[in-house]
Amino acid sequence: MIPQDLLYTKSHEWVKVLENSVLTGITFFAQEQLGDITFVELPEVGRILEQGEEMGVVESVKAASEIYAPVSGEVVEVNLDLETAPELINHDPYGKGWITKIKTTEPVTGLLSPDQYSQLVDS
Amino acid sequence: MPYIPHTPEQQKQMLEIIGLGSMDDLFQDIPDHLKPRSFDLPPGKSEMEVTGFLRQLSSRNSTGLKSFLGAGFYDHYIPAAAPAMISRSEFYTAYTPYQAEASQGSLQALFEYQSAMCRLFDMEYANASVYDGGTAIYEAMMMAVRHIKRRKIIISGDLSPIYQHMLKCYTKNLRLELKVIDHLQGLPMMENLMDVLDENCAALIVQNPNFFGNILDYTEIFAHCHKLGIVSIASVYPVMQSVLKTPGEMGADIAVAEGQSLGLPLNFGGPYLGVMTCARHLIRQMPGRIVGKTKDSEGRDGFVLTLQAREQHIRREKATSNICSNQSLCALQALAYICLMGPSGLQGVALKSMDLAHYAAKKLTDIDGVRLLNNSPFGNEFALTLPVSAYDLIGELVQKNFVPGFPLGRYYPGMDNCLLMACTEKISKQDIGILSELIRGIIEG
Amino acid sequence: MKTIFDRSINGRLSPYQLESLANPRDFLPGGLIRKTPPDLPRVGELDVVRHFTGLSKRNFGVDSNFYPLGSCTMKYNPKFMEQIASLNGFTDLHPLLPQLKGAGLYTQGALQVIYELEDLLCRITGMEAYTLQPMAGAHGELTGAMLMAAYHNKKKNKKTTLIVPDSAHGTNPSSAAIAGYDVLTIKSRDGIIDPTALKQVLDNSVAGIMMTCPNTLGLFESHLPEIVDLIHSVDGLLYYDGANLNAILGRMLPGEAGFDVVHLNLHKTFGTPHGSGGPGSGPVGVNKKLEPFLPISRVVRLDDGQFFLNYAYPDSIGYIAPFYGNFGVMLKAYAYILRLGREGLLRVSENAVLSANYLRKKLEQHLHIPYNRICMHEFVASAVEQAKKGVRAVDIAKALLDRGHYAPTVYFPLIVKECLMMEPTETESKETLDVFVDDLVDILMKVDRDPETIRKSPQNTPVSRLDEVLAARNMQLCM
Repeated sequence: MIPQDLLYTKSHEWVKVLENSVLTGITFFAQEQLGDITFVELPEVGRILEQGEEMGVVESVKAASEIYAPVSGEVVEVNLDLETAPELINHDPYGKGWITKIKTTEPVTGLLSPDQYSQLVDS
Repeated sequence: MPYIPHTPEQQKQMLEIIGLGSMDDLFQDIPDHLKPRSFDLPPGKSEMEVTGFLRQLSSRNSTGLKSFLGAGFYDHYIPAAAPAMISRSEFYTAYTPYQAEASQGSLQALFEYQSAMCRLFDMEYANASVYDGGTAIYEAMMMAVRHIKRRKIIISGDLSPIYQHMLKCYTKNLRLELKVIDHLQGLPMMENLMDVLDENCAALIVQNPNFFGNILDYTEIFAHCHKLGIVSIASVYPVMQSVLKTPGEMGADIAVAEGQSLGLPLNFGGPYLGVMTCARHLIRQMPGRIVGKTKDSEGRDGFVLTLQAREQHIRREKATSNICSNQSLCALQALAYICLMGPSGLQGVALKSMDLAHYAAKKLTDIDGVRLLNNSPFGNEFALTLPVSAYDLIGELVQKNFVPGFPLGRYYPGMDNCLLMACTEKISKQDIGILSELIRGIIEG
Repeated sequence: MKTIFDRSINGRLSPYQLESLANPRDFLPGGLIRKTPPDLPRVGELDVVRHFTGLSKRNFGVDSNFYPLGSCTMKYNPKFMEQIASLNGFTDLHPLLPQLKGAGLYTQGALQVIYELEDLLCRITGMEAYTLQPMAGAHGELTGAMLMAAYHNKKKNKKTTLIVPDSAHGTNPSSAAIAGYDVLTIKSRDGIIDPTALKQVLDNSVAGIMMTCPNTLGLFESHLPEIVDLIHSVDGLLYYDGANLNAILGRMLPGEAGFDVVHLNLHKTFGTPHGSGGPGSGPVGVNKKLEPFLPISRVVRLDDGQFFLNYAYPDSIGYIAPFYGNFGVMLKAYAYILRLGREGLLRVSENAVLSANYLRKKLEQHLHIPYNRICMHEFVASAVEQAKKGVRAVDIAKALLDRGHYAPTVYFPLIVKECLMMEPTETESKETLDVFVDDLVDILMKVDRDPETIRKSPQNTPVSRLDEVLAARNMQLCM
């Protein structure tokens, strides 16, 4: 269930490390907890984020949850498809349901490995 | 005891099932020293006695006065069918419609109310009400602050001073800067407003008709706001809106109103109705309950409370607002009023009221020393400058069963001789004639 | 059911149309006039009456159904109160009248209602003074938090934080935040506030605590005296959320117990109807410490017995409402309190608590009750066991609708999973409670035998289960 090629946060975001940037989203576990997602508030392209800073919100009918920047950097792209089809996060959280692309200037640190995240979810 | 059905025998049975010996045992968790030292209240009375007493109190209020008092709260005629509709106890004894399937009546009515407000103001979305016109302005202002994340608010000084007081009270601890641009002779200072609008401003708040009854067009200044990312907020008079250029036509981002004029009694200040409407891009910031249309499991249309994830029971301290209870029943009565009047009925009320106000203005300005505060267009309310104190003039006329209006000096320093006078369709030309003769008598001696 | 817009027929005249209309251009330049008339329903009076009557039949209300919605106190709303609130001597009064020279005389009856209701509420809660301006419970909370801020500002106390226990009412944290405070949540232990947890977070930055007592689990906060001492030790203030006052009427006066500020819900405790969501009324009471900060205006009685509005309070927080609050609601509550009197109010709390415990006891064999001990006016059950079998609290709620009962509050408080919060109130008979128990037990039995039927409910309501996800995604909010 937990992809091995990604890194994770305690607040249930995932990170895919690319060259000089990362792709982010929320995990399968997070979307399952929220239920049917009805709205995603995305950050503006160009915004500079600090790791751990709030970068958006996902809403379902009965819950709303902040999305935190898993790394520091500049937002270079957001998944505009989510504006009309927020359910992509439910259907494909690690693929079509990605949320932001963040340009990083420093090596990515302070994230959980798939094993560590797996333990977190199990507990 | 009234309204408590348990018989002593039943109480005994119930206590037995609970496993307690006495009613007092039910309160065993309350420490003894917290039990009341006294509970000093009068003994109960029969329904007949209470009703008799309150009738007596109500008769100590005079309703026989011929009143030209408005100032944002208007005595329009209310068709009997409007209150009759909400006297259906299926509406008034229901709670907020959390269980949608058992609340379709309220939900559909609120959806229709939202629709009616959008159409009346030419706006895209509405909520199911907030407390009153003042809290609607405050909530609109907070929508702007959240949306654009700036902290300065520009207010035109001809916004109701009552609402200005409320805004001041609500923002005391919020590190917001409220800047009021003084009116000039009852009119907004458009150039001065334009000058202070900049990229630090979150919102501009104006009122139409303004507090002095003047009718304005804010199209240009709203367009200016738009360029600067400032949220434009208009507070309007719903009945007049059937005739006046709409906030939507002017390009307002948020239009709010005190909805009392839509078939709600004056009721000594409440319950009233805070109407809130907005443009599409601001809907996520909209506070309060919002009803949306959906389908049931068999594909039939139905209605639910929607966008609830923004609300306080879920978002706690991050909620868009703390409002929970609203004025739903008042919204239902306003909807019934609007439906009973229809578009032409509403326009009739607005135009008749305007007609009478213009007649009154003409009659009164015939009196020596009485003139209009300004020569700009007005609707059913206007401000007069008198050669005497408005406060004292009212004092004299009240004794003759006339309330000629509101003394503007009450809120605006230096305007002690100014009287704000409103007409509704309930006023007659004869009343206006008598009043103007009385005023002439007082002024001309 | 068709909407009223769908019933509109072009050309149908309103019975309230006025003849010989003036032309707006007689008064206004064309640029100030709307381009087309608003597209509102064109219907006759009977169309409107049929429509609203039809809608009303699609609603549950206290008059037609048992309504055990926890923390909402859905008691019977006596009819004579409605009649009183519709007396012309009250409804026709313009709120600015008493502010005019000489016209105060014409509003003496209304001002007396405000004055005397404030006095009665003081006696009921042990407070020194009240404002009736707040128009709902949450509005009262905000007022209360603002009063606390005004007190601390006056004393130049540097206070930034309000403590809100996790068992407090849902609106408390947002009310505190809107008043400008940081909110600190403390976890309860064994269902009530844990003084040790409180001590750990207590310092001089704490402005106060917002408590709901009994709390949303229906439990009395039995460490209250210790909490009062702790909060007062840092010059903090105690706020009493009166949403659950029904439980302790005449059994504890919040003012005597050490609370500094209190809000009440007239639409819960004092029998005024909820109106499909409002209007309510949320008066706020304070002790001597906070009295100077109350909103203006205030009604005072002069030596000659006349009532008048006083605005001369330099430390007042200002205008919370345009005028005096939801006067029409106050009238009903005033009538209710006069009708019941001292004995009546004592019997209210007694029987409300009796009925809640009876219901709890009757259900404890069938539903998990996490804090199963003597409760106050309500208790929280949990459908965790049923959820394991695929039937969630929401399904049970919907199945209750099918049997003609409104549902308990579900999924609140957040601290109990799959919760069902039940408040029967004192006005429901034992027979009604028994029928409810039988129906609920029947539903719970079906969880094993026929869970699908429960999951598919409701079926007997005007519509079946509504798609909330679709509503949120489509956002069709008007015609």
